[in-house]
Amino acid sequence: MVPVLIFGLSSVVTLGAALAVVTNKNILHSAFYLILAFVGVASIYVLLEAPFIAVVQVLVYIGAIAILIVFAIMLTRRLLSKDLIQRNAQWGLSALGATGLFLVLGWIVYSVNWPVKLLTVPEDPISVLGQELLSTYVVPFEIASVLLLAALVGAILIGRERE
Amino acid sequence: MADLINLIENWIKNILLGWGVTESLAVFILQVLGSVLVVIVCFVIVIALIWVERKLAGRIQDRFGPNRAGPYGIFQSFADIIKIFTKEYITPVGAEKGLFNIAPVLAMFSVLAIWAVFPFAINVVGGDIHVGVLYIVAIGAFGILAILMAGWSSNNRYALLSASRSVAMLISYEIPMIISLLVPVLLAHSMKLSVIVEAQMPWNIFVAPLAALIFGISSMAEVGKAPFDLLEAESELVAGYHTEYSGMKFGMFYVAEFLHQFTVGALMAIFFLGGWTGPLAVRWPILGVFYFYGKTFFIYLVISWIRLSLPRIRIDEMLNLNWRFLIPISFINLIAVAIADRVMLEFNLARWIYVVVMFLINILILVAALTIAEKNEKAVERVEFSPRPIAVPPGKESK
Repeated sequence: MVPVLIFGLSSVVTLGAALAVVTNKNILHSAFYLILAFVGVASIYVLLEAPFIAVVQVLVYIGAIAILIVFAIMLTRRLLSKDLIQRNAQWGLSALGATGLFLVLGWIVYSVNWPVKLLTVPEDPISVLGQELLSTYVVPFEIASVLLLAALVGAILIGRERE
Repeated sequence: MADLINLIENWIKNILLGWGVTESLAVFILQVLGSVLVVIVCFVIVIALIWVERKLAGRIQDRFGPNRAGPYGIFQSFADIIKIFTKEYITPVGAEKGLFNIAPVLAMFSVLAIWAVFPFAINVVGGDIHVGVLYIVAIGAFGILAILMAGWSSNNRYALLSASRSVAMLISYEIPMIISLLVPVLLAHSMKLSVIVEAQMPWNIFVAPLAALIFGISSMAEVGKAPFDLLEAESELVAGYHTEYSGMKFGMFYVAEFLHQFTVGALMAIFFLGGWTGPLAVRWPILGVFYFYGKTFFIYLVISWIRLSLPRIRIDEMLNLNWRFLIPISFINLIAVAIADRVMLEFNLARWIYVVVMFLINILILVAALTIAEKNEKAVERVEFSPRPIAVPPGKESK
């Protein structure tokens, strides 16, 4: 009963905040509503007994991405005006595309028979995760780290003073 | 008597069960009571800490500190609290009301939520989650968010500037802090705080002194008090991000800052000073609670002593210290500790050899890093001022 209530609450918060992100005229308010949506998603992860993903969601999305967004908005004074226009000439086309994508995804979710395996949560999920990352999934893990390294080098190259 | 906390817990639980409350509801009520207790203890400690800190600051700066309200001024904090509660809340014109009011609450939350996972004694543990260390790091993000919110919503250029500085400082000092926290995780083979505490034989400060040093410096920067108080440099930014706050809203920022420093002491105690462990702490868990708070107080006083002795560092020095010294050294330290730990576990060495080798490796890295840093230090540019003419009364100028 209680988990269902919490699930309902966090879903409402997530969806409401997400709606506010796109409807708000002030872009900084949108950014803060985005953070609220991230918190809602993190609480759903907690309900699913996936504390690692929940904490990483907070750490990466709120601690890094959201703060970066807010900071970038604060540095660009022009965006802080209270009545930005939220549409451009292509809004009809993009609305069509978004609706189409939503319908296709919804159809996929309902038509595919998802293989559900009921596994018990291991005693120490973090060490299992670590061992899997460095044995079964070592190639994707290393590729991801090389990608991040490339991004880091690129950022330094762009930010470096020209001599 | 020895296990006082669990004794009281069972007593309350039995009373609740006697009233016909279901088991799960009784546990829930007890959890709520426990968290309220932790929060109240935090606040009571902060009231005491403010007095201790002001008295200590007085001693170090060769003055008395608070000495009017009560003997040795011990009621000064209470007088301040009463005063701050009666002050008017002022919201500046053009402020974002919602964000302006949420920010102090979020600042408070970001510090108090960390206490949820602390092990206070062998059987008095908060939420003992598998990702305890990551949780502590993640919650810290809300603190930065609170500063950003406060700085932006105040509609004040100084507050906004302070918020921008906070991002430059807090986010960059998070890196060495997290990397140095990985060392105790590596040594304990777990991210659970209770396991990290119990795995410390001897304390981590002897096994990983360098990680303790880096964590100390970078978490002092995270607190944002002197010598890292560029966020609220009075001569440049009025009072920083909380310039426009008054009354208890300012008080919440102030208390959050104090509590953050105390929390850093607690983190230091858990990760490097063995948390609740100490003589007889396993047999009498109540002793463990005292050991934990005692170590926390000790670290708190050491941090206060450091910050009262050092002047504020410049913003370029602050960034150089982090990016050119702390981050490289923390990565090298992590790699060295990981390799040494693995190799020595393979050879199955005695515990004391392991500890001595680890200690020597740490000291070696620190000495090498300091030598290299000293060699590469750029010569400081000294700006020579031409002597100014001394003012002389009219008519007496020398010809």
